[in-house]
Amino acid sequence: MNGFSFIFGDHRLIALPSGALWWADRRLLCISDMHLCKSNRIARRSGQMLPPYETQETLSKLAHDIALTDPQTVVCLGDSFDDLTAAESLSLEDTTSLVSLQAGRRWLWLEGNHDPGPLTLGGTHLAVHTDGGLTFRHIASATLLEISGHYHPKHAIPGIGGARACFLNDGNRLIMPAYGAYTGGLRATDAALTRLFEGQTVAILTGHRAICVPLTRSGRPAPPVRWRDSTR
Amino acid sequence: MHLPPVIKNWFDSRGWSIHPHQQAMLDRADAPALLLIAPTGGGKTLAGFLPTLVELADATHNGLHTLYVSPLKALASDIKRNLTTPVTDMGLPIRIEDRTGDTSATQKKRQRADPPHILLTTPESLALLTSYEDAPRMFAGVQRVIVDEIHALAESKRGDQLMLALSRLQAMAPGLRRVGLSATVENPARIAHGLACHPDPCEILYADAGPDPDISMLVTEERPPWSGGGAKYAIPAVLEQVKQHETTLIFHNTRAQAEIFFHNLWLANDTDLPIGIHHGSLDRDQRQRVEAAMVAGSLRAIVCTGSLDLGIDWGDVDLVIQVGAPKNVKRLIQRIGRANHRYNAPSKALLVPANRFEVVECVAALQAARDHELDGDPPGPGPRDVLCQHILIRACAGTFDADDLYSEVRSVGAYSNLTRDAFDACLDFCATGGYALAAYDRWKRLQCRDGLWHLRDPRATRDLRMNIGTIQDTDTLKVRLKGRFKPLGEIEESFAATLTPGDTFLIGGEIVRYESMREMSVEVTRRADKTPKIATFMGTKFATSTQLSQRILRMFQQDEWPDLPQHTAEWLHMQRDWSKLPEADRILVESFPHDGRAHTCFYGFAGRNAQQTLGLLLTKRMEELNLNPLGFVSTDYATLVWGLNPVEDPAVLFDPNALHDGFTDWLAGNAVMKRTFRASATIAGLIQRNLPQARTSGRQATFSSDILYDTLAKYDPNHLIMQVTREEALRGLVDFGRVEEMLARTAGRVDHVILPRVSPLAAPMLLEMGRVPIAGAGRQRLMEVAAARLMEEAGLSAL
Repeated sequence: MNGFSFIFGDHRLIALPSGALWWADRRLLCISDMHLCKSNRIARRSGQMLPPYETQETLSKLAHDIALTDPQTVVCLGDSFDDLTAAESLSLEDTTSLVSLQAGRRWLWLEGNHDPGPLTLGGTHLAVHTDGGLTFRHIASATLLEISGHYHPKHAIPGIGGARACFLNDGNRLIMPAYGAYTGGLRATDAALTRLFEGQTVAILTGHRAICVPLTRSGRPAPPVRWRDSTR
Repeated sequence: MHLPPVIKNWFDSRGWSIHPHQQAMLDRADAPALLLIAPTGGGKTLAGFLPTLVELADATHNGLHTLYVSPLKALASDIKRNLTTPVTDMGLPIRIEDRTGDTSATQKKRQRADPPHILLTTPESLALLTSYEDAPRMFAGVQRVIVDEIHALAESKRGDQLMLALSRLQAMAPGLRRVGLSATVENPARIAHGLACHPDPCEILYADAGPDPDISMLVTEERPPWSGGGAKYAIPAVLEQVKQHETTLIFHNTRAQAEIFFHNLWLANDTDLPIGIHHGSLDRDQRQRVEAAMVAGSLRAIVCTGSLDLGIDWGDVDLVIQVGAPKNVKRLIQRIGRANHRYNAPSKALLVPANRFEVVECVAALQAARDHELDGDPPGPGPRDVLCQHILIRACAGTFDADDLYSEVRSVGAYSNLTRDAFDACLDFCATGGYALAAYDRWKRLQCRDGLWHLRDPRATRDLRMNIGTIQDTDTLKVRLKGRFKPLGEIEESFAATLTPGDTFLIGGEIVRYESMREMSVEVTRRADKTPKIATFMGTKFATSTQLSQRILRMFQQDEWPDLPQHTAEWLHMQRDWSKLPEADRILVESFPHDGRAHTCFYGFAGRNAQQTLGLLLTKRMEELNLNPLGFVSTDYATLVWGLNPVEDPAVLFDPNALHDGFTDWLAGNAVMKRTFRASATIAGLIQRNLPQARTSGRQATFSSDILYDTLAKYDPNHLIMQVTREEALRGLVDFGRVEEMLARTAGRVDHVILPRVSPLAAPMLLEMGRVPIAGAGRQRLMEVAAARLMEEAGLSAL
């Protein structure tokens, strides 16, 4: 499945190239920051009418990952909807696809800063989920062996370019990439992220195949491609 | 129309007589539309204003009489100065004011309540004026509109926007007469068609073209380098020319080049000649200071870009230097017109090629200028993204009837063939987003009640007004000295993002050190370094015109090149001996190894944009043929591709059917399309550029317009903005028309030369900037290898 397999705590996890996390022993699939119905919220708040297809796009990506892994449990790590009103505006088609994905599985909605309250959809609502010593929560806390989202990290391999959404992992903390179609990213080298990690941190880049690279601390970002080549 | 005594006396007192074309403009002052073609310095602007001065001389007109629209803010303030002097001297009761993005808010407010007789403005400021509810009152009595430098506007969306705004004015002031002032152009009838209120005719008047300009190439002892655009080698020779002339304008094709040249000029300026710099990225105050110094005659030279391209009267400029190949003969002639503003004296100009290939191009341009061969491509129909913006501007001004607006729009030449369906699709886009999936029923932007359209939320006017305009600024950040508030200028956000504290770059001719990013500005300190990290804020990069490229190819067929400097002629001879010189009816392809990669150079002579497209298409074909291309770089004459495997049969790559089939798929996924999409989506109001609160929100909340493009390409490929993007890209940045023209003229005749090393003609390509990486199998392989190596180095390979 083109994923990157690694040990976190005592468990083997796989970072999928889509940005989902697969815990095969528990048959658990975890995704974070889907921001469904974001275009609806933007239209409501600013009048800007963006292409209203991001929910469809995100759900079809999720359907693909679910077909691939057939999980017993799906953990949505918060900010699943862009806000609560957005969740209510989910179209009939999108509701149907989401419900069919939920059928026959345990579905955990963890609360995020965008969607803190209970939702009208099926599934269990939690602030935190723990399993086998691992803690799932939306925003990183001081807990060890914690899996969280919220920051939308992205990273580019120095010298190769092209930033991609990525997982960040220092062995004690795992931060997930944003799974939603309309989500930007925060550079993995940004202080807001680096201060959360202590040991040797790696970035697992999403894309065609998950690629793991070490994250150098406080290093100079590589110059853009056009200069490097022109000064050769 | 006769000159009233007060004006006649003023002419007489200065010993001036009225030019024939100025009299002709007076005689035809009643024409509904009139286009004057005159060389720079021909008293063109006065010819445009004379009828206004005559009509206003008797002080019977109240309110706005004449609107003057110019493409540049600087031009508007310059005209204000040049017009106010004679009006004051003659004691005419005329109030003249300008209104641009630089005008203060108080002043603007007052102008709407109490407009002057003559208002000098820009297309964007005019569009903004028409968006206010009180526009009908302000424009009710307006008699004349003068569009200056209309040739410069005619080729851009700014011109389309202006003509749409004029159609609005015409509806508010039915007696409005239109006057266009243009430099020499290749097709005056086309501009006249754009100016007229369709289907009215537009008469064209020609002023005497004056003597031919005196243009030559600057001869230097130093040879031009193989590549690059800096022309540093020519600095001593240019300084020498500045010393020998009163005032010199030194034009550059991009802002970055102007900055670097100015910096180098200062380092070499041992006699402390007063020299200034002027370009669009500089802070307004800085620009105005340079403009004022120029008018006062205290500068000996100005290093500048297109921001000084147009007819600003800078007094006694007696030499124009063009650094870098002019790319386009028409623009060269127009720039040269900046020198020697005395009518009937030849303008003097020098071309400075920045590199060896540009020597050839400059010589070809000189020949074309002598032959009076101007170049230009016909424009397409009126762009629909601009129309969408126009509809939204109309909605800001109040309720409207769609039938009325449609007939107004059809009175604009460029939109005269717009179908009702196409108009309705634009209106639907403005109202609902125009998606196949109707998702915004509750949040529609426009609603129709009792046959009249109006904004659902009137508060939207603020965002819509901030979004007015068609000029695509890349996102820029202000640059400030640490601890000071006043900005030095602006740099592109993408450039700022690459800076690390300690990096140095050029701005306003001085070297500064990047310290930190504070909110939306870049903090810097001054440095005394000599070599900065290069500033890459872009100016426009023009493609060499078809006509000029053809001339170069014809030159290549000569046996000898007596017109070329010896070093350049020798270079071409070397190329002929070592490989071949490209021909107009064949494609030359050279393959050679370099730096451990297989390189192939395709000489298409199709201009930078089309060569760029060709590069994308060819590398896509190479990817399909498992040649693992890694990247390419394009110039106006060739595309150089490198990859893991050598190209053995280039003819296969040029199969027009395969290229064509691949084109549609390819078009959907390429970066140029995404850039074009961003521009069109911004103009049409799908993306907002100046959203007041957008900048303060966290970075992870914003996402790239590329994502919107990809989503539409997948779920709604026929969306209006996708259609506009395709049309635009085919004409502009993608320029597939010239790729097709190249394929047609070469008809599959491919000469493949396999070389042990780089050829003389391809060598400069290795040094070119603007390399495009290919995100294909070859790149994925390299990424995986690089990642594995980094993991190994970090001792993490067991992970």
